[in-house]
Amino acid sequence: MAIKVIAPGLATTVQDLGRPGYYHLGIPLSGGMDRFALRAANMLVGNDEGAAVLEAVFMGPELELTADALVAVAGAELPPKVDGAVQPTWSSFRVKSGQVLSFDFLKAGARAYIAVAGGIDVSVVLGSRSTYGLGALGGHEGRSLKAGDQLAIGRAAGAGKEGRTVPQALRRLPGNPAELRTVPGLYWHRVTDESGRHFFEDAWKVALEADRIGYRFKGGRALEFVPRKQPFGAGSDPSNIVDACYPYGSIQVPGGTEPIVLHRDAVSGGGYFMVGTVISADMDLIGQLQPHTPTKFVKVDVPTALTARHDRAALLAKVRAAVVG
Amino acid sequence: MTTRYSYGGDEHIFVEVDEEMSLEAFFKSLSMTTAVRESKIKGVTEICPANASFQIKFDPDRISPEDMLAELKRLEVSAEKAESSIKTRIIEIPVFYNDPWTRETLMRFRERHQDPKSTDIEYAARINNIGGVEDFVKAHSGAPWFVSMVGFVAGLPFLYQMVDRARQIEVPKYLRPRTDTPKLTVGHGGCFGCIYSVRGAGGYQMFGITPMPIYDPKQEIGYLKEFMVFFRPGDIVKWKPIDRAAYDAAVADVEAGRFAPRMRDVTFSLDEFHKDIDGYNHKLEGVLNGN
Repeated sequence: MAIKVIAPGLATTVQDLGRPGYYHLGIPLSGGMDRFALRAANMLVGNDEGAAVLEAVFMGPELELTADALVAVAGAELPPKVDGAVQPTWSSFRVKSGQVLSFDFLKAGARAYIAVAGGIDVSVVLGSRSTYGLGALGGHEGRSLKAGDQLAIGRAAGAGKEGRTVPQALRRLPGNPAELRTVPGLYWHRVTDESGRHFFEDAWKVALEADRIGYRFKGGRALEFVPRKQPFGAGSDPSNIVDACYPYGSIQVPGGTEPIVLHRDAVSGGGYFMVGTVISADMDLIGQLQPHTPTKFVKVDVPTALTARHDRAALLAKVRAAVVG
Repeated sequence: MTTRYSYGGDEHIFVEVDEEMSLEAFFKSLSMTTAVRESKIKGVTEICPANASFQIKFDPDRISPEDMLAELKRLEVSAEKAESSIKTRIIEIPVFYNDPWTRETLMRFRERHQDPKSTDIEYAARINNIGGVEDFVKAHSGAPWFVSMVGFVAGLPFLYQMVDRARQIEVPKYLRPRTDTPKLTVGHGGCFGCIYSVRGAGGYQMFGITPMPIYDPKQEIGYLKEFMVFFRPGDIVKWKPIDRAAYDAAVADVEAGRFAPRMRDVTFSLDEFHKDIDGYNHKLEGVLNGN
């Protein structure tokens, strides 16, 4: 054992890059919500980019290391402390056996990725170490950490060293307002043209119901529907559809009032219509949004989404070059 | 039926086979997803059939969304010629209708319901013009159901009642979803039945509970050792009403590792089914009962 959990934080889970291939059975991808930060944290300690890390949300855990370890924390500005001494974020540092890794208050963002050289060594379930809490699957006993839990660390490849850092310019956090680029589609035709315009014009705010399954937004005008006779099997509300699959990043609007963007622990399908999908390059940003953050949905087309995807990959390549050399 | 294609961002294509639910739409969606699987299109990472639609997730670094869309449209032509017949299983699922656990839960969320003065099952009976709870149980368990989608949460089956449309039970979902639903609740929303595989939020009306686990992430239960999810699209389910004593006995059997679901392999033909629905269902039941 190499990590003893003294205090678990708010909802700290083991995550890697996720568990593809089982969405058709309702088992979602899971994995880090901000995969950019997860990869960067792993690079800093010399791990494979997809090694399992701890994802802490809003508040950090308090962990006692029972073996020497190389650690890095990326993503949210959640300053790490070793026996009380503050360490930089987005940088690798050493923690000695017996020392305690804790965290200062959150300064920006929402989720911090705590990578340890060697990776968090929980069992691989269906190809991944990620925690899927709703299904009690993977991670540490299928749930968030609790005080008293003990976690093993894998064998470090020895490729990391302390003092490595991701330059400020290469770190990615959402702006204010956060802008989520969105491809309209799916059941977009269900809302009136005017409502469709409002959706992209209005100032939204992250609601309190924001977790790994999805993020809810408030504050924009209610959507108005194109009238129709509801199709058989859909249910009577105009926002109902015959239950269908939900893409990751899809935006459903139950009752037409509060949009919900599904994330890594998405419910795989259901009976609410969707107006479009947040592009893959901006999914990381959602993971860093705090409740009440002002947010705009920005209308883009598929070619723009692909360019953004390419830009994100290029930024990650720069991080790789800066950290690993 | 008009097939409608839409991009779900840069990583998904969503295909709606029909706006409304029918077994024809389900079969077309199933044969298209089978065709996608068999054609081994590069870059495909998830193939998800749903009731009357399906979704493909792909890696746009390996195949462009445009090319992916063209591949799917090409497959639609061959899928239309596919036979509406599948090799599947028929499974008997015991249900304790009107049980104390879903009853306690529905009472807790009464202010979120269309009709706070009656229970979900009384409400469903009334709006479907069925005499009372007893007749409702007969209507619900009288004919088999078709698993037309697995999802929402891990291993949850959506079930489509195999009777003509006039006899299909239809109910609205709760006005506002509940934050709690007992594990293994048998629910209903729109025209679809479901079994809640895990405890959690839900908006379907609650009619009863089954003692038979359908999802086991620890893979300790005998019939879930090979894979943690029991249901697959295309399975056929026959509900068997049971009382409290039979429910308790089945729960004890599950805990002792003695419970084995009653099921048989069967071939389902949509054409034969439509020729004589009641007669075909009777034959299916015969297979289940080993006749």
